Amino acid sequence: MSDTTLKSDGGSSMSQTQRNWLITVLILAAAVAGSFVAGSDSLLYKVFVGPFVEMYEVPDLFVQVLWEGLVAGTLYALVALGFVLIFKASGVFNFAQGIMVVFGGLSLVGFYAAGVPAFLSLALSVAMMYGLAWTVERVVLRPLVNQDPLILFMATIGLTYFLIGFGEFIFGGEPKTMITQEIGLPSGSYDFDWFGGFVSFQKLDIAAAVIAAIMVGCLAVFFNKTRIGRALRAVADDHQAALSVGITLRQIWVIVWFAAGIVALTTGIMWGARSDVSFALQVIALKALPVIILGGLTSIPGAIVGGLIIGVAEKTAEFYWGPLVGGSIESWIPYFIALGFLWFRPQGLFGEKIIDRI
Amino acid sequence: MNVAAKDIAKGQNILEIDGISLSFGGVKAIRDVSFDVKKGEIRAIIGPNGAGKTSMLNVINGFYHPQEGTINYKGAKRHDMRPYVAATQGIARTFQNVALFAGMSTLDNIMSGRMLKMKVSLPWHFIRFGPAEREELEHRERVEHIIDFLEIQAIRRTPVGRLPYGLQKRVELGRALAMEPELLLLDEPMAGMNLEEKEDMSRYILDVNDQFGTTIALIEHDMGVVMDLSDRVLVLDYGEKIADGTPDEIKNNQNVIDAYLGVAH
Amino acid sequence: MFYREAGQFKTNYRTDQAVFPIFQDKIGVLVILAFLFLVVPFWFNDFWLNSIMIPTLIFSLAAIGLNLLLGYAGQISLGTGGFMGVGAYSCYKLTTIFPDINILVHILLSGFFAAIVGILFGIPSLRIKGFYLAIATLASQFFLEWSFGRIGWLYNYNPSGAIEVSTKRMFGIAITGPHATSLTRYLIVLSIVVVLTWVASNLVRGRIGRAWMAVRDMDIAAELIGIRLLQAKLTAFAISSYFAGVAGALMVFMWLGAAEVESFDINHSFLILFMVVIGGTGSLIGSFMGAAFIWVLPIFLRAAPRVLGVDISAATVEHFNFMIVGGLIIFFLIVEPNGIARLWQIGKEKLRRWPFPY
Repeated sequence: MSDTTLKSDGGSSMSQTQRNWLITVLILAAAVAGSFVAGSDSLLYKVFVGPFVEMYEVPDLFVQVLWEGLVAGTLYALVALGFVLIFKASGVFNFAQGIMVVFGGLSLVGFYAAGVPAFLSLALSVAMMYGLAWTVERVVLRPLVNQDPLILFMATIGLTYFLIGFGEFIFGGEPKTMITQEIGLPSGSYDFDWFGGFVSFQKLDIAAAVIAAIMVGCLAVFFNKTRIGRALRAVADDHQAALSVGITLRQIWVIVWFAAGIVALTTGIMWGARSDVSFALQVIALKALPVIILGGLTSIPGAIVGGLIIGVAEKTAEFYWGPLVGGSIESWIPYFIALGFLWFRPQGLFGEKIIDRI
Repeated sequence: MNVAAKDIAKGQNILEIDGISLSFGGVKAIRDVSFDVKKGEIRAIIGPNGAGKTSMLNVINGFYHPQEGTINYKGAKRHDMRPYVAATQGIARTFQNVALFAGMSTLDNIMSGRMLKMKVSLPWHFIRFGPAEREELEHRERVEHIIDFLEIQAIRRTPVGRLPYGLQKRVELGRALAMEPELLLLDEPMAGMNLEEKEDMSRYILDVNDQFGTTIALIEHDMGVVMDLSDRVLVLDYGEKIADGTPDEIKNNQNVIDAYLGVAH
Repeated sequence: MFYREAGQFKTNYRTDQAVFPIFQDKIGVLVILAFLFLVVPFWFNDFWLNSIMIPTLIFSLAAIGLNLLLGYAGQISLGTGGFMGVGAYSCYKLTTIFPDINILVHILLSGFFAAIVGILFGIPSLRIKGFYLAIATLASQFFLEWSFGRIGWLYNYNPSGAIEVSTKRMFGIAITGPHATSLTRYLIVLSIVVVLTWVASNLVRGRIGRAWMAVRDMDIAAELIGIRLLQAKLTAFAISSYFAGVAGALMVFMWLGAAEVESFDINHSFLILFMVVIGGTGSLIGSFMGAAFIWVLPIFLRAAPRVLGVDISAATVEHFNFMIVGGLIIFFLIVEPNGIARLWQIGKEKLRRWPFPY
């Protein structure tokens, strides 16, 4: 067996995961038992029982929180998707995905403000994302080909800085309002009387979910049915193989950065419509990072499912547990959820088992 | 080797492998293999590609954990262990595709083999004067002996990533020797070498065995080398043991000839 | 011609393993130290000391800390800012709890708290690697940021949410707070940085450094020669965080005089990471060069329009600043991915042969 590539920790690793489960379940059981013993004013009760009682007793609120989580999750998933597209095809961890979101949103608003009709603005923004992809390939990636991944990662941070300066220079630093109605996005909300309470779904959020689903569908078709898409998948596995299909690496990089750019533009529109389009938006790149640990850097389904899990978990945690520690735990709780998840599944949600070769 | 008969025959076993089976998912890499290694001998493991040779070394030094069977090392029975523990018990190893620390110099690579022998605790390393430096110099001297022995003085300061393959193999042997192992596992020490380099390497292996009395288990494809160097040979094919004996016995073993030349089924 | 080691024979291993085995290098270092200790204090004005020398030294220390982790042990961390914060806040708490103990003792002790936090957040490094680990270290960054803002005890429930430095004296001379002169603070920072750099260089040349580099270059082989991975990685996290912590304490007590959450945010972590990568991973001297480059460049850029007599608004300068820094980072990564330290090394090689190219 001269080139064995599998690491057989078969037996031992399984038992370790099982042990992790066992420990966790035991601790949880002890905590719940403890909280009943200690009574409903104890901290244990407030952490381990109280929130669930509240979810059960006020279901309309719970549904609303879940919905908010799903919507946020959709947007995280979109950003994560942008990361994954680029990483899968070029091995670049693209920190600039966040600023690309801002850039997409800003250019749309910017074109419209300059008097261009809404849908033409949209088209121009798409063209702009293509220009960005082409420039990045030409100026940043091509000279850095075959460098250490860390170097490429740093280069994308440099790119982020550049785009922040460039964007502020062109569009100005102040927040702008997304042209929601003009490009045909719905507003208002559907309100329901559920569970004796009141649940509200923003039409915009529903539209976001639908558009995200359509986009993922298109990407799936693109990757599975088209020649270029198949080449892209090939390049993720083997650069030589991709070249033999007759597509150069450079073209592929432009294509994936363009695809990631379109995903970013969509994210920018959706997120911008919910709040404002401003440079503060680029922090959603950081929001999407735990999604990537959870779903794996190379898995598109992982990005989507991971995004939804993180979104829901984050909102639920913030709403039900946040007040116990002073709130605003949204900033770090997703990371801890992702890390906790790795405790059970080091390879992530859909990742393959990490194999050591020797 | 001739010195050899070396009382090996009556020597005690340093390693006994008993009924080891190893599989990855559904693929069986090793099936119920048993053999032993006697103290002070050179033991070769041969077999066609995919026979489970490297997997066997990986089992011995704790990188793979077999599903079945036991390993008896220096009289203590074990089922599996962490590679770290194997290292502390005196098992050193070189790899088929050189596993050196590419960013470090030759000297540092071999010094890293002394890791387990260095005991001075962390706080002393902050100031370096005193115990930490004394220890460093003491081990440096040992390492210089190894460097002399392997004749690689000139590349002491060169990052090993820049060295040619043959020299890298030699440095790797140096790192393993620096551990002063009782059992040295060599995975294709001569792969990709030209004749001259092979002769050098054979010399080093014999010298290590003679001078330090190190027990050696090696995998090698060059039959000439195997037959010349080793005291006993184990032959694996498709994860099973098909022969075990002295080089002369192996040469004439029908199973081995079939495995290597192929046999009409 | 003058930079040659010919004729300098080593007769024992001790001299062969010296930090600067070449005689001329020894002289060079002595000259630099003499310059920093004796010339700078007399020739540099307060602006230079306060805006350039002190921060550069402090950031160099933080960069050395990160370099030990990234360049030597090969573990990426994006949480340096957070660890600096731990140093700063624990130093602040130490001065509150033990006001009579010398502030320098507090500064050096505060690193230990950072080290403990570093160990805790370094634990995931055993199971995850590369970018996954980098993202995981963001958990520490965001969690720590949150703690600095939300846990009132850390900033003594100060209504402004900031920590402020009071005047502390040693031998009757004010060394912190508003009454301390730039010169005093400069000399203290310089001394601490020199000592800790010496410690770092001791570490990386010995057993510990080799264990780290072995883990960096090939962790499986490292384990097989008897290096305990968890121990090696956690030592690296601890010591790296110690350096970051001391740097953070120095930053607040010897430079800024006051700090709040924003002083330790994620941008700060990236700043230090840039210093390490631009300076050269795995090079201590590179950490100084990188820190100087990244810190001084924007100052230079801000001053440039004024010097050149060009009249543009401060905001525009800031935008250009971002663009230029971002662009230069990319440029630098393309030209010399191994950092300034590598250029330095090449320069020395050339000097050795000078005036004959061969």
